[in-house]
Amino acid sequence: MTTDETKPEDFVNKRGGDHSHIKGWGIDIDPKNDPTYPIKKRTDEEIRGYTWERPEQQPVNIEVLHSVERPNITAVFGTSKPPRGLSGMIRRQAFKKSESSYGRWLPLVLADRIDMVEGVLEDLSHGHIPNIFAERGWNAEWKYNRKSFVLKAATAAAITSAAFLLLSSNSKSKK
Amino acid sequence: MLAMNFRGPFRVRADYDQPYPEIEHPGDAIVKVLRSCICGSDLHLYHGIVPDTRIGSTFGHEFVGEVVETGSSVEKLKVGDKVMVPFNIACGKCAFCKQELYGNCHEANPQATAAGGIFGYSHTTGGYNGGQAEYVRVPYADVGPTVIPDWMDPDDAVLLTDVVPTGYQAAEMGGIQEGDTVVVFGAGPIGIMAAKCAWLFGAGRVIVIDQLDYRLEFAEEYAQCEVYNFKMLEDPVVFIKQQTDSLGADVCIDAVGCEAAGDTMNTLLGRKLLLQGGSTTALHWAINSVKKGGIVSIVGVYGPINALVPIGNVLNKGITIRANQASVKRLLPKLTEHVKNGILNPKAMITHRIPLEDVAEGYHIFSRKLDNCIKPVLIPPAGGS
Repeated sequence: MTTDETKPEDFVNKRGGDHSHIKGWGIDIDPKNDPTYPIKKRTDEEIRGYTWERPEQQPVNIEVLHSVERPNITAVFGTSKPPRGLSGMIRRQAFKKSESSYGRWLPLVLADRIDMVEGVLEDLSHGHIPNIFAERGWNAEWKYNRKSFVLKAATAAAITSAAFLLLSSNSKSKK
Repeated sequence: MLAMNFRGPFRVRADYDQPYPEIEHPGDAIVKVLRSCICGSDLHLYHGIVPDTRIGSTFGHEFVGEVVETGSSVEKLKVGDKVMVPFNIACGKCAFCKQELYGNCHEANPQATAAGGIFGYSHTTGGYNGGQAEYVRVPYADVGPTVIPDWMDPDDAVLLTDVVPTGYQAAEMGGIQEGDTVVVFGAGPIGIMAAKCAWLFGAGRVIVIDQLDYRLEFAEEYAQCEVYNFKMLEDPVVFIKQQTDSLGADVCIDAVGCEAAGDTMNTLLGRKLLLQGGSTTALHWAINSVKKGGIVSIVGVYGPINALVPIGNVLNKGITIRANQASVKRLLPKLTEHVKNGILNPKAMITHRIPLEDVAEGYHIFSRKLDNCIKPVLIPPAGGS
Protein backbone atom coordinates (compact mmCIF):
# COMPACT_ATOMS: atom_id res chain seq x y z
CA MET A 1 0.00 0.00 0.00
CA THR A 2 1.32 3.45 -0.82
CA THR A 3 0.07 6.98 -0.45
CA ASP A 4 1.32 8.22 -3.79
CA GLU A 5 -0.09 11.64 -4.69
CA THR A 6 1.80 11.72 -7.97
CA LYS A 7 1.64 9.19 -10.76
CA PRO A 8 4.57 7.62 -12.61
CA GLU A 9 3.44 9.26 -15.86
CA ASP A 10 3.75 12.69 -14.21
CA PHE A 11 7.54 12.43 -14.41
CA VAL A 12 8.73 13.42 -17.89
CA ASN A 13 11.72 15.40 -19.18
CA LYS A 14 11.23 16.84 -22.68
CA ARG A 15 14.93 17.60 -22.99
CA GLY A 16 16.85 17.19 -26.23
CA GLY A 17 16.01 17.79 -29.86
CA ASP A 18 17.68 19.94 -32.48
CA HIS A 19 19.12 23.25 -31.21
CA SER A 20 20.87 24.18 -34.45
CA HIS A 21 18.53 27.12 -34.90
CA ILE A 22 20.05 28.74 -31.75
CA LYS A 23 23.00 30.83 -32.87
CA GLY A 24 26.19 29.75 -31.05
CA TRP A 25 24.67 26.75 -29.32
CA GLY A 26 27.46 24.82 -27.56
CA ILE A 27 30.44 26.84 -28.78
CA ASP A 28 31.78 27.42 -25.23
CA ILE A 29 31.44 23.88 -23.93
CA ASP A 30 34.39 23.16 -21.60
CA PRO A 31 34.59 19.63 -20.20
CA LYS A 32 37.17 20.80 -17.63
CA ASN A 33 34.63 23.13 -16.06
CA ASP A 34 33.55 20.47 -13.61
CA PRO A 35 33.43 21.29 -9.91
CA THR A 36 32.25 17.75 -9.19
CA TYR A 37 35.72 16.28 -9.98
CA PRO A 38 36.93 13.91 -8.53
CA ILE A 39 33.83 13.08 -6.52
CA LYS A 40 31.77 12.22 -9.58
CA LYS A 41 33.09 10.05 -12.39
CA ARG A 42 31.01 11.98 -14.87
CA THR A 43 29.19 10.03 -17.54
CA ASP A 44 26.00 12.08 -17.44
CA GLU A 45 24.05 8.88 -17.79
CA GLU A 46 21.14 10.54 -16.04
CA ILE A 47 20.60 12.70 -19.13
CA ARG A 48 18.93 9.64 -20.61
CA GLY A 49 16.45 9.82 -17.76
CA TYR A 50 15.27 7.15 -15.37
CA THR A 51 16.09 4.46 -17.89
CA TRP A 52 18.69 2.29 -16.24
CA GLU A 53 18.11 -1.41 -15.64
CA ARG A 54 16.70 -1.39 -12.14
CA PRO A 55 17.61 -4.02 -9.55
CA GLU A 56 14.94 -6.58 -8.82
CA GLN A 57 12.11 -5.08 -6.77
CA GLN A 58 11.91 -6.10 -3.11
CA PRO A 59 8.39 -7.43 -2.47
CA VAL A 60 6.20 -4.71 -0.95
CA ASN A 61 4.56 -6.61 1.91
CA ILE A 62 4.22 -3.68 4.29
CA GLU A 63 2.99 -0.11 4.05
CA VAL A 64 5.78 1.98 2.52
CA LEU A 65 5.33 5.74 2.44
CA HIS A 66 7.27 7.18 -0.47
CA SER A 67 8.19 10.63 -1.59
CA VAL A 68 5.85 12.30 -4.07
CA GLU A 69 9.00 13.47 -5.84
CA ARG A 70 9.63 10.03 -7.30
CA PRO A 71 7.43 7.72 -9.38
CA ASN A 72 7.95 4.50 -7.47
CA ILE A 73 9.22 2.67 -4.43
CA THR A 74 12.95 2.06 -4.61
CA ALA A 75 14.14 -1.44 -5.48
CA VAL A 76 15.02 -2.04 -1.83
CA PHE A 77 13.74 -0.35 1.30
CA GLY A 78 13.81 -0.73 5.06
CA THR A 79 11.07 -2.61 6.83
CA SER A 80 11.92 -1.59 10.37
CA LYS A 81 8.81 0.22 11.55
CA PRO A 82 5.76 0.71 9.31
CA PRO A 83 3.48 3.62 10.29
CA ARG A 84 1.11 2.87 13.13
CA GLY A 85 -1.66 4.50 15.15
CA LEU A 86 -2.19 8.25 15.33
CA SER A 87 1.43 8.94 14.47
CA GLY A 88 1.02 6.84 11.35
CA MET A 89 -2.05 8.81 10.30
CA ILE A 90 -0.03 12.03 10.57
CA ARG A 91 2.87 10.51 8.64
CA ARG A 92 0.53 9.50 5.79
CA GLN A 93 -0.70 13.07 5.49
CA ALA A 94 2.83 14.46 5.69
CA PHE A 95 3.99 12.26 2.83
CA LYS A 96 1.43 13.91 0.55
CA LYS A 97 3.64 17.01 0.65
CA SER A 98 6.93 17.39 -1.15
CA GLU A 99 10.34 17.32 0.48
CA SER A 100 10.57 21.08 0.03
CA SER A 101 7.53 21.73 2.21
CA TYR A 102 7.36 22.51 5.92
CA GLY A 103 4.00 20.75 5.66
CA ARG A 104 5.91 17.53 5.30
CA TRP A 105 8.67 17.83 7.88
CA LEU A 106 7.02 19.56 10.85
CA PRO A 107 4.13 17.06 11.01
CA LEU A 108 6.71 14.27 10.91
CA VAL A 109 8.38 15.74 13.99
CA LEU A 110 4.95 15.91 15.67
CA ALA A 111 4.32 12.30 14.65
CA ASP A 112 7.65 11.30 16.21
CA ARG A 113 6.60 12.80 19.55
CA ILE A 114 3.20 11.08 19.43
CA ASP A 115 4.96 7.85 18.47
CA MET A 116 6.99 8.20 21.66
CA VAL A 117 3.80 8.21 23.74
CA GLU A 118 2.50 5.29 21.71
CA GLY A 119 5.77 3.54 22.50
CA VAL A 120 5.22 3.95 26.23
CA LEU A 121 1.68 2.61 25.87
CA GLU A 122 3.04 -0.30 23.85
CA ASP A 123 5.55 -1.07 26.60
CA LEU A 124 2.85 -0.96 29.27
CA SER A 125 0.53 -3.14 27.20
CA HIS A 126 3.29 -5.76 27.14
CA GLY A 127 3.70 -5.49 30.92
CA HIS A 128 6.98 -3.58 30.60
CA ILE A 129 7.42 -0.45 32.68
CA PRO A 130 10.11 1.67 31.01
CA ASN A 131 13.11 2.25 33.24
CA ILE A 132 13.65 5.90 32.39
CA PHE A 133 16.75 6.14 34.57
CA ALA A 134 18.45 3.32 32.68
CA GLU A 135 17.15 4.31 29.24
CA ARG A 136 18.59 7.81 29.64
CA GLY A 137 21.94 6.33 30.60
CA TRP A 138 22.07 8.10 33.92
CA ASN A 139 24.27 5.34 35.30
CA ALA A 140 27.03 6.92 33.25
CA GLU A 141 26.23 10.35 34.69
CA TRP A 142 26.57 8.88 38.18
CA LYS A 143 29.83 7.22 37.21
CA TYR A 144 31.56 10.06 35.35
CA ASN A 145 29.84 13.26 36.42
CA ARG A 146 28.68 12.54 39.95
CA LYS A 147 29.08 16.03 41.37
CA SER A 148 26.90 17.59 38.68
CA PHE A 149 24.42 14.72 38.94
CA VAL A 150 24.02 15.14 42.70
CA LEU A 151 23.72 18.91 42.33
CA LYS A 152 20.99 18.59 39.70
CA ALA A 153 19.13 15.96 41.73
CA ALA A 154 19.32 18.14 44.84
CA THR A 155 18.11 21.19 42.91
CA ALA A 156 15.20 19.24 41.43
CA ALA A 157 14.29 17.89 44.87
CA ALA A 158 14.46 21.37 46.40
CA ILE A 159 12.26 22.89 43.69
CA THR A 160 9.75 20.04 43.98
CA SER A 161 9.64 20.36 47.77
CA ALA A 162 9.23 24.14 47.60
CA ALA A 163 6.42 23.82 45.06
CA PHE A 164 4.71 21.19 47.21
CA LEU A 165 4.95 23.32 50.34
CA LEU A 166 3.71 26.40 48.49
CA LEU A 167 0.72 24.57 47.06
CA SER A 168 -0.03 22.98 50.42
CA SER A 169 -0.01 26.34 52.24
CA ASN A 170 -2.25 27.91 49.56
CA SER A 171 -4.66 25.04 49.91
CA LYS A 172 -4.82 25.43 53.72
CA SER A 173 -5.30 29.21 53.57
CA LYS A 174 -8.31 28.78 51.23
CA LYS A 175 -9.96 26.49 53.78
CA MET B 1 18.32 -11.12 19.36
CA LEU B 2 19.99 -8.28 21.24
CA ALA B 3 19.62 -4.85 19.64
CA MET B 4 19.52 -1.19 20.48
CA ASN B 5 15.93 0.08 20.71
CA PHE B 6 15.12 3.80 20.34
CA ARG B 7 12.31 4.83 22.71
CA GLY B 8 12.30 8.62 22.22
CA PRO B 9 14.63 11.60 22.56
CA PHE B 10 17.48 10.79 24.99
CA ARG B 11 16.00 7.32 25.62
CA VAL B 12 17.43 4.09 24.23
CA ARG B 13 17.79 0.60 25.60
CA ALA B 14 19.21 -2.79 24.70
CA ASP B 15 16.45 -5.35 24.20
CA TYR B 16 16.96 -9.07 23.87
CA ASP B 17 13.67 -9.74 22.09
CA GLN B 18 14.25 -7.87 18.84
CA PRO B 19 13.41 -9.84 15.69
CA TYR B 20 16.22 -11.57 13.82
CA PRO B 21 16.61 -9.93 10.37
CA GLU B 22 15.49 -11.84 7.29
CA ILE B 23 16.58 -11.97 3.68
CA GLU B 24 14.00 -9.72 1.99
CA HIS B 25 15.62 -9.38 -1.42
CA PRO B 26 17.81 -11.76 -3.43
CA GLY B 27 20.72 -9.31 -3.11
CA ASP B 28 20.59 -9.21 0.70
CA ALA B 29 23.02 -10.66 3.20
CA ILE B 30 22.65 -11.11 6.94
CA VAL B 31 25.70 -9.98 8.86
CA LYS B 32 26.63 -10.91 12.43
CA VAL B 33 27.94 -7.66 13.89
CA LEU B 34 31.42 -7.65 15.47
CA ARG B 35 31.89 -3.89 16.01
CA SER B 36 29.43 -1.00 15.73
CA CYS B 37 30.25 2.62 16.46
CA ILE B 38 28.07 5.37 17.80
CA CYS B 39 28.49 8.21 15.32
CA GLY B 40 28.16 11.90 16.08
CA SER B 41 25.30 11.96 13.60
CA ASP B 42 23.56 9.21 15.61
CA LEU B 43 23.30 11.83 18.32
CA HIS B 44 21.04 13.90 16.04
CA LEU B 45 18.66 10.95 16.06
CA TYR B 46 19.14 10.39 19.78
CA HIS B 47 18.36 14.05 20.46
CA GLY B 48 15.16 13.80 18.44
CA ILE B 49 15.94 16.33 15.74
CA VAL B 50 15.78 14.15 12.63
CA PRO B 51 12.19 13.91 11.34
CA ASP B 52 10.61 10.46 10.92
CA THR B 53 12.75 8.70 13.50
CA ARG B 54 10.30 6.03 14.58
CA ILE B 55 10.09 4.43 17.99
CA GLY B 56 11.50 0.92 18.04
CA SER B 57 14.14 1.63 15.41
CA THR B 58 17.70 0.33 15.76
CA PHE B 59 20.43 2.85 14.95
CA GLY B 60 23.95 2.20 13.72
CA HIS B 61 25.52 2.88 10.35
CA GLU B 62 29.18 2.20 11.19
CA PHE B 63 29.71 -1.53 11.60
CA VAL B 64 31.71 -4.56 10.56
CA GLY B 65 30.74 -8.17 10.88
CA GLU B 66 30.67 -11.70 9.55
CA VAL B 67 28.37 -12.86 6.76
CA VAL B 68 26.06 -15.58 8.09
CA GLU B 69 23.48 -15.79 5.29
CA THR B 70 23.24 -14.61 1.68
CA GLY B 71 20.39 -14.08 -0.75
CA SER B 72 20.04 -16.14 -3.92
CA SER B 73 21.69 -13.59 -6.21
CA VAL B 74 24.69 -12.72 -4.04
CA GLU B 75 27.91 -13.80 -5.81
CA LYS B 76 30.81 -11.85 -4.32
CA LEU B 77 30.31 -12.67 -0.65
CA LYS B 78 30.10 -16.03 1.05
CA VAL B 79 29.15 -17.17 4.52
CA GLY B 80 32.06 -16.62 6.88
CA ASP B 81 33.46 -13.56 5.12
CA LYS B 82 34.31 -10.74 7.47
CA VAL B 83 33.22 -7.48 5.91
CA MET B 84 33.22 -3.76 6.45
CA VAL B 85 29.88 -2.34 5.42
CA PRO B 86 29.79 1.24 4.06
CA PHE B 87 27.13 3.37 5.70
CA ASN B 88 25.64 4.14 2.27
CA ILE B 89 23.27 1.54 0.84
CA ALA B 90 24.00 1.55 -2.89
CA CYS B 91 22.60 -0.49 -5.78
CA GLY B 92 25.56 -0.12 -8.14
CA LYS B 93 23.19 0.08 -11.12
CA CYS B 94 21.59 3.51 -11.07
CA ALA B 95 23.04 6.48 -12.94
CA PHE B 96 24.43 7.92 -9.72
CA CYS B 97 26.13 4.75 -8.47
CA LYS B 98 27.67 4.24 -11.91
CA GLN B 99 29.31 7.64 -11.51
CA GLU B 100 30.61 6.56 -8.08
CA LEU B 101 28.15 8.73 -6.21
CA TYR B 102 27.40 5.81 -3.91
CA GLY B 103 26.03 8.13 -1.26
CA ASN B 104 23.37 9.30 -3.69
CA CYS B 105 21.93 5.99 -4.87
CA HIS B 106 18.45 6.35 -6.35
CA GLU B 107 17.29 2.82 -5.53
CA ALA B 108 17.69 2.63 -1.76
CA ASN B 109 15.43 5.21 -0.13
CA PRO B 110 11.77 5.53 -1.10
CA GLN B 111 11.02 8.10 1.59
CA ALA B 112 13.16 10.95 0.27
CA THR B 113 14.86 11.75 -3.01
CA ALA B 114 17.36 14.14 -1.44
CA ALA B 115 18.97 11.52 0.77
CA GLY B 116 20.28 8.10 -0.15
CA GLY B 117 19.74 4.96 1.89
CA ILE B 118 21.64 4.72 5.17
CA PHE B 119 21.61 1.95 7.76
CA GLY B 120 19.83 2.78 11.00
CA TYR B 121 19.23 6.41 10.28
CA SER B 122 15.46 7.04 10.43
CA HIS B 123 12.87 6.64 7.71
CA THR B 124 14.18 9.84 6.15
CA THR B 125 17.03 7.67 4.85
CA GLY B 126 15.09 4.54 4.06
CA GLY B 127 13.81 3.01 7.27
CA TYR B 128 16.53 0.37 7.61
CA ASN B 129 17.50 -1.10 10.94
CA GLY B 130 21.12 -0.46 11.81
CA GLY B 131 24.13 -2.31 13.08
CA GLN B 132 23.86 -1.62 16.81
CA ALA B 133 22.55 -5.15 17.08
CA GLU B 134 23.73 -8.73 17.01
CA TYR B 135 22.63 -9.15 13.39
CA VAL B 136 21.69 -6.80 10.58
CA ARG B 137 20.20 -7.08 7.11
CA VAL B 138 22.55 -5.70 4.44
CA PRO B 139 20.91 -4.96 1.06
CA TYR B 140 22.91 -4.95 -2.20
CA ALA B 141 25.50 -7.18 -0.55
CA ASP B 142 27.49 -7.51 -3.78
CA VAL B 143 27.99 -3.75 -4.03
CA GLY B 144 29.00 -2.04 -0.80
CA PRO B 145 30.36 -4.62 1.66
CA THR B 146 34.09 -5.21 1.31
CA VAL B 147 36.02 -8.16 2.73
CA ILE B 148 38.35 -7.06 5.53
CA PRO B 149 41.97 -7.88 4.66
CA ASP B 150 43.57 -10.46 6.95
CA TRP B 151 46.10 -7.95 8.26
CA MET B 152 43.53 -5.32 9.24
CA ASP B 153 42.39 -4.81 12.84
CA PRO B 154 38.58 -4.79 13.11
CA ASP B 155 38.87 -1.55 15.08
CA ASP B 156 40.50 0.04 12.02
CA ALA B 157 37.96 -1.57 9.71
CA VAL B 158 34.93 -0.24 11.54
CA LEU B 159 36.22 3.32 11.23
CA LEU B 160 36.67 2.81 7.48
CA THR B 161 32.89 2.46 7.12
CA ASP B 162 32.29 6.17 7.77
CA VAL B 163 34.71 8.25 9.86
CA VAL B 164 37.80 7.90 7.70
CA PRO B 165 36.08 8.26 4.29
CA THR B 166 33.96 11.18 5.49
CA GLY B 167 36.93 13.01 6.96
CA TYR B 168 38.99 12.27 3.86
CA GLN B 169 36.25 13.43 1.48
CA ALA B 170 35.84 16.61 3.51
CA ALA B 171 39.45 17.44 2.71
CA GLU B 172 39.13 16.18 -0.86
CA MET B 173 36.10 18.38 -1.55
CA GLY B 174 38.09 21.32 -0.25
CA GLY B 175 40.20 21.14 -3.40
CA ILE B 176 43.24 21.82 -1.21
CA GLN B 177 46.29 23.04 -3.09
CA GLU B 178 49.88 22.96 -1.84
CA GLY B 179 50.41 25.47 0.94
CA ASP B 180 46.71 26.23 1.53
CA THR B 181 45.45 27.31 4.92
CA VAL B 182 42.64 24.96 5.93
CA VAL B 183 40.27 25.68 8.81
CA VAL B 184 38.19 22.81 10.16
CA PHE B 185 35.20 23.69 12.32
CA GLY B 186 34.51 20.85 14.74
CA ALA B 187 36.89 18.56 16.64
CA GLY B 188 34.70 15.49 16.69
CA PRO B 189 36.01 12.32 15.02
CA ILE B 190 35.13 13.60 11.52
CA GLY B 191 36.74 16.99 12.04
CA ILE B 192 39.86 15.41 13.49
CA MET B 193 40.10 13.04 10.55
CA ALA B 194 39.49 15.88 8.08
CA ALA B 195 42.35 17.83 9.67
CA LYS B 196 44.60 14.78 9.47
CA CYS B 197 43.71 14.21 5.81
CA ALA B 198 44.16 17.88 4.86
CA TRP B 199 47.92 17.29 5.17
CA LEU B 200 47.69 14.47 2.61
CA PHE B 201 46.55 17.03 0.04
CA GLY B 202 49.48 19.36 0.75
CA ALA B 203 47.94 21.88 3.14
CA GLY B 204 50.40 24.44 4.47
CA ARG B 205 48.55 25.10 7.69
CA VAL B 206 45.65 23.32 9.39
CA ILE B 207 43.58 24.95 12.11
CA VAL B 208 40.81 23.27 14.11
CA ILE B 209 38.13 25.23 15.99
CA ASP B 210 35.92 23.74 18.71
CA GLN B 211 34.67 24.50 22.20
CA LEU B 212 35.88 21.43 24.10
CA ASP B 213 39.48 21.56 25.29
CA TYR B 214 39.89 17.80 25.64
CA ARG B 215 38.88 17.32 22.01
CA LEU B 216 41.14 20.10 20.83
CA GLU B 217 44.05 18.54 22.72
CA PHE B 218 43.30 15.20 21.06
CA ALA B 219 43.11 16.87 17.63
CA GLU B 220 46.39 18.69 18.19
CA GLU B 221 48.12 15.43 19.03
CA TYR B 222 46.42 13.18 16.46
CA ALA B 223 46.35 15.54 13.48
CA GLN B 224 49.42 17.69 14.26
CA CYS B 225 47.37 20.85 13.76
CA GLU B 226 46.78 24.19 15.47
CA VAL B 227 43.74 24.26 17.71
CA TYR B 228 41.66 27.06 19.17
CA ASN B 229 38.70 27.12 21.54
CA PHE B 230 36.09 29.51 20.17
CA LYS B 231 34.86 30.22 23.68
CA MET B 232 38.17 32.00 24.20
CA LEU B 233 37.78 34.05 21.03
CA GLU B 234 35.69 37.18 20.86
CA ASP B 235 34.75 36.42 17.26
CA PRO B 236 36.03 33.28 15.47
CA VAL B 237 35.67 34.91 12.05
CA VAL B 238 37.78 37.93 12.99
CA PHE B 239 40.30 35.56 14.55
CA ILE B 240 40.66 33.59 11.32
CA LYS B 241 41.03 36.82 9.34
CA GLN B 242 43.77 37.90 11.74
CA GLN B 243 45.50 34.58 11.21
CA THR B 244 45.37 34.87 7.40
CA ASP B 245 46.64 38.36 6.54
CA SER B 246 43.01 39.59 6.69
CA LEU B 247 42.19 37.64 3.51
CA GLY B 248 40.56 34.55 4.97
CA ALA B 249 41.36 30.85 4.82
CA ASP B 250 41.76 29.14 1.46
CA VAL B 251 39.50 26.29 2.51
CA CYS B 252 36.98 25.96 5.35
CA ILE B 253 35.43 22.66 6.36
CA ASP B 254 32.16 22.36 8.29
CA ALA B 255 32.52 19.14 10.27
CA VAL B 256 29.88 20.04 12.86
CA GLY B 257 26.46 20.12 11.23
CA CYS B 258 23.10 20.69 12.79
CA GLU B 259 23.96 20.78 16.49
CA ALA B 260 26.53 23.56 16.39
CA ALA B 261 26.93 25.72 19.47
CA GLY B 262 28.09 29.31 19.59
CA ASP B 263 25.08 31.34 18.45
CA THR B 264 21.92 31.83 20.49
CA MET B 265 19.50 32.40 17.62
CA ASN B 266 20.71 29.38 15.65
CA THR B 267 20.58 27.24 18.76
CA LEU B 268 17.03 28.37 19.50
CA LEU B 269 15.67 27.98 15.96
CA GLY B 270 17.64 24.92 14.92
CA ARG B 271 18.09 22.84 18.04
CA LYS B 272 15.29 23.78 20.40
CA LEU B 273 12.31 24.77 18.24
CA LEU B 274 13.33 22.66 15.20
CA LEU B 275 12.09 25.41 12.90
CA GLN B 276 15.14 25.08 10.67
CA GLY B 277 17.27 22.18 9.60
CA GLY B 278 19.63 22.56 12.53
CA SER B 279 21.91 25.20 13.97
CA THR B 280 24.05 26.57 11.13
CA THR B 281 26.64 28.38 13.26
CA ALA B 282 29.64 26.39 12.01
CA LEU B 283 28.60 26.82 8.39
CA HIS B 284 28.03 30.51 8.99
CA TRP B 285 31.57 30.85 10.36
CA ALA B 286 33.00 28.78 7.49
CA ILE B 287 31.40 30.98 4.84
CA ASN B 288 32.51 34.16 6.54
CA SER B 289 36.04 32.92 7.32
CA VAL B 290 36.95 31.67 3.85
CA LYS B 291 38.69 33.96 1.36
CA LYS B 292 37.07 35.42 -1.74
CA GLY B 293 36.95 32.69 -4.35
CA GLY B 294 37.61 30.12 -1.62
CA ILE B 295 36.03 26.75 -1.06
CA VAL B 296 33.72 25.62 1.72
CA SER B 297 33.39 21.86 2.17
CA ILE B 298 30.42 20.57 4.14
CA VAL B 299 30.23 17.12 5.71
CA GLY B 300 28.34 18.12 8.84
CA VAL B 301 24.84 16.70 8.72
CA TYR B 302 21.81 19.00 8.52
CA GLY B 303 18.08 18.32 8.56
CA PRO B 304 15.95 18.49 5.44
CA ILE B 305 14.20 21.81 5.99
CA ASN B 306 15.40 25.37 5.42
CA ALA B 307 18.36 26.68 7.36
CA LEU B 308 19.76 30.16 7.82
CA VAL B 309 23.04 30.76 5.99
CA PRO B 310 24.66 34.04 4.84
CA ILE B 311 23.96 33.29 1.20
CA GLY B 312 24.62 36.91 0.22
CA ASN B 313 28.23 36.48 1.33
CA VAL B 314 28.49 33.27 -0.67
CA LEU B 315 27.53 35.25 -3.76
CA ASN B 316 29.58 38.35 -3.11
CA LYS B 317 32.73 36.41 -2.20
CA GLY B 318 32.39 33.97 -5.08
CA ILE B 319 32.61 30.99 -2.79
CA THR B 320 32.36 27.45 -4.10
CA ILE B 321 30.41 25.20 -1.76
CA ARG B 322 30.99 21.48 -2.07
CA ALA B 323 29.10 18.95 0.00
CA ASN B 324 28.03 15.35 0.03
CA GLN B 325 27.71 12.24 2.07
CA ALA B 326 30.98 10.37 1.70
CA SER B 327 31.12 7.88 -1.14
CA VAL B 328 32.62 5.15 1.01
CA LYS B 329 32.93 2.46 -1.65
CA ARG B 330 34.78 4.85 -3.98
CA LEU B 331 37.34 5.71 -1.32
CA LEU B 332 37.85 2.34 0.40
CA PRO B 333 40.70 1.04 -1.82
CA LYS B 334 42.79 4.17 -1.37
CA LEU B 335 42.10 4.51 2.34
CA THR B 336 42.81 0.83 2.97
CA GLU B 337 46.25 1.42 1.46
CA HIS B 338 46.76 4.47 3.67
CA VAL B 339 45.99 2.36 6.74
CA LYS B 340 48.24 -0.45 5.51
CA ASN B 341 51.10 1.99 4.98
CA GLY B 342 50.68 3.56 8.40
CA ILE B 343 49.67 6.95 7.01
CA LEU B 344 46.33 6.77 8.82
CA ASN B 345 45.76 5.12 12.20
CA PRO B 346 41.98 5.09 12.64
CA LYS B 347 41.71 2.94 15.74
CA ALA B 348 43.72 5.44 17.76
CA MET B 349 40.55 7.55 17.82
CA ILE B 350 38.61 4.94 19.78
CA THR B 351 38.43 5.96 23.41
CA HIS B 352 35.54 3.82 24.67
CA ARG B 353 34.67 0.18 24.06
CA ILE B 354 31.23 -0.49 25.47
CA PRO B 355 29.22 -3.74 25.55
CA LEU B 356 26.10 -3.49 23.37
CA GLU B 357 24.07 -4.29 26.47
CA ASP B 358 25.16 -0.92 27.88
CA VAL B 359 24.13 1.06 24.81
CA ALA B 360 22.15 3.60 26.86
CA GLU B 361 25.24 4.52 28.84
CA GLY B 362 27.26 4.70 25.63
CA TYR B 363 24.87 7.23 24.13
CA HIS B 364 24.79 9.25 27.30
CA ILE B 365 28.58 9.37 27.59
CA PHE B 366 28.98 10.44 23.96
CA SER B 367 26.12 12.93 24.04
CA ARG B 368 27.26 14.58 27.26
CA LYS B 369 30.96 14.39 26.29
CA LEU B 370 31.79 12.58 29.53
CA ASP B 371 35.08 10.90 30.40
CA ASN B 372 36.92 12.67 27.53
CA CYS B 373 35.01 10.60 24.98
CA ILE B 374 36.16 10.93 21.36
CA LYS B 375 34.82 7.76 19.72
CA PRO B 376 32.75 5.00 21.35
CA VAL B 377 32.48 1.54 19.86
CA LEU B 378 29.77 -0.92 20.85
CA ILE B 379 30.85 -4.54 21.16
CA PRO B 380 28.09 -7.12 20.60
CA PRO B 381 28.42 -10.51 22.27
CA ALA B 382 30.07 -11.97 19.14
CA GLY B 383 32.62 -9.17 19.06
CA GLY B 384 34.84 -10.49 21.85
CA SER B 385 36.91 -8.14 23.91
